[in-house]
Amino acid sequence: MNFKTIFKENPLPATMLLLCTLLVCTFLFLILGEIFSKGLSALSWSFIFDAPKNGMTEGGILPAIVGTLLLTLITTLASLPIGIACAIYLSEYAENNTTTQIIRAAIRNLAGVPSIIYGLFGLALFVQGLQLGTSILSAGLTLGLLSLPYIITTTEEALKTVPQSMREGALALGATQFETIRDIVLPASIPGIATGVILSLSRAAGETAPILFTGAAFYVTGLPGNLFQEFMALPYHLYMLTTQHQSIATVRPLAYGTAAVLILLVFMLNIVAFMIRNKFRNQLK
Amino acid sequence: MNNRLRVRMDKAFKVVFRIAGFACIAILVSIFMMLLYNTVAFFSQIKPLDFITDTQWNPSRHFGLLPLLASTLLVTLGAMAIAIPLGIGTALFISEYATGFVKNILKPAVEMLSAIPSVVIGFLGIVVISPGISNLFGLSNGLNALNGAILLAIMALPTIITVAEDAIHAVPMTVKEASYGLGATKWATVKNIVLPAAYPGIIAAIMLGMGRAIGETMTVLMATGNSLAFPTGFFSSIRTITATIAIEMGEVPFQTTHYYGLFALALILFLITMAVNVLAERMANRIRKFQ
Repeated sequence: MNFKTIFKENPLPATMLLLCTLLVCTFLFLILGEIFSKGLSALSWSFIFDAPKNGMTEGGILPAIVGTLLLTLITTLASLPIGIACAIYLSEYAENNTTTQIIRAAIRNLAGVPSIIYGLFGLALFVQGLQLGTSILSAGLTLGLLSLPYIITTTEEALKTVPQSMREGALALGATQFETIRDIVLPASIPGIATGVILSLSRAAGETAPILFTGAAFYVTGLPGNLFQEFMALPYHLYMLTTQHQSIATVRPLAYGTAAVLILLVFMLNIVAFMIRNKFRNQLK
Repeated sequence: MNNRLRVRMDKAFKVVFRIAGFACIAILVSIFMMLLYNTVAFFSQIKPLDFITDTQWNPSRHFGLLPLLASTLLVTLGAMAIAIPLGIGTALFISEYATGFVKNILKPAVEMLSAIPSVVIGFLGIVVISPGISNLFGLSNGLNALNGAILLAIMALPTIITVAEDAIHAVPMTVKEASYGLGATKWATVKNIVLPAAYPGIIAAIMLGMGRAIGETMTVLMATGNSLAFPTGFFSSIRTITATIAIEMGEVPFQTTHYYGLFALALILFLITMAVNVLAERMANRIRKFQ
């Protein structure tokens, strides 16, 4: 049945559902249209490669871009080892018993914890507890915790796509379970893991609430030099430019430009993930 | 490598992986304990009853949860009023009505919507929705609960659509074909067969979307005006629990009553979102059993 015949058969519900869908699409195009129509004109090489000047009213956002990239790198280093190890445990070792169910419930609940609470936890644990101060390291570790449940879930799914026969083949040749995982299961599932990890990181890169009190700063001179400094980040920069700057109207074009760069960065990560996923699917065929 | 070493390494890594698994429980428990510890410190200075019954949040003297909780609930309910019909309608359209090319465009479109950072959606609330609301209703400014509700609906939509679509898609083809075979139209099948069968999954989708909306910080912080007055309707400027934590945590002196108070707010938020997620999980389990 195609849409035309369904529509003729019963036009009212078909129209309503179509309208819902169109409205949702309108939201997307409204956001992208607004940001890119006004943001792309602010984009230039100097906007991307210059530091802010004149109390943020001129110049570029290089420190914020570098800050966000570095922050995402720290997030990756913090969450990847634990996330993958946990996924391996759940997929390869864990029996289906109460303990495993508790671990799974904990992961699902971690994914539901509001990002601002991760911010508080980061403040209490990393900034104050471990004395790391408000720094890019504290913020990166906080975002690492936030990304953990997503990385575990997607990695476990990737591990499960590896056929059981491949594991059994390796075990039958005398490999230990660890060797099977290291040499057979992980290499076979790397594209799937990479896709999930990149998507989780693109989410983390756009987060603002967790870095509010763990290290993001409105203005820092120069590029981030060491891990214990405060830093500038794209989402935080956009937030400050739109709500906290003393001459909000003057910096509006810069805010649009920042929003455009942030969306482009997130979409680029998504496209990379999408390409890896597609390439992997074709390989399977 | 000799065999004994290989076996030893195998055992060692088994322990390492197991520790990583248990780390997840440890993280969740320590988040809870951290919130609880600070809340207990707060309640040693402010009576729990005052926290629950005081109708003012004014951190020099008054620590009343009610106006903030009311704001959070108001904006969340508004968001759900928009997002539930839109989300379920879209999920039905994608999974039952759209075919081929259209379907292949709609799914990535929803993914794109979910990828947009919350701070960008808050920005949209300031530059587009706020002037829109103030023109439409003749208000002096459009930073109010209605604005927040629209933005939270946008934030919750991708979650609702994806989860609901999975649930609808999971209804077995044979069940639907039996309905068509009896001469039912597409809509009759959707209404009488697909929706009832996918019902638990759709409830789960709504709950998950709601959990997302309750915990969302940046959009409401940027677009609802942040007034501390008790909310009176969708045109009043409001301040949610999340926004209050975000605004005040940066300025509050360490280990004061006010500082502990913000953790008490966070504990309430944590418990609400956890309850919502557990309910969603119950519902999702029901559909798994159904299959």
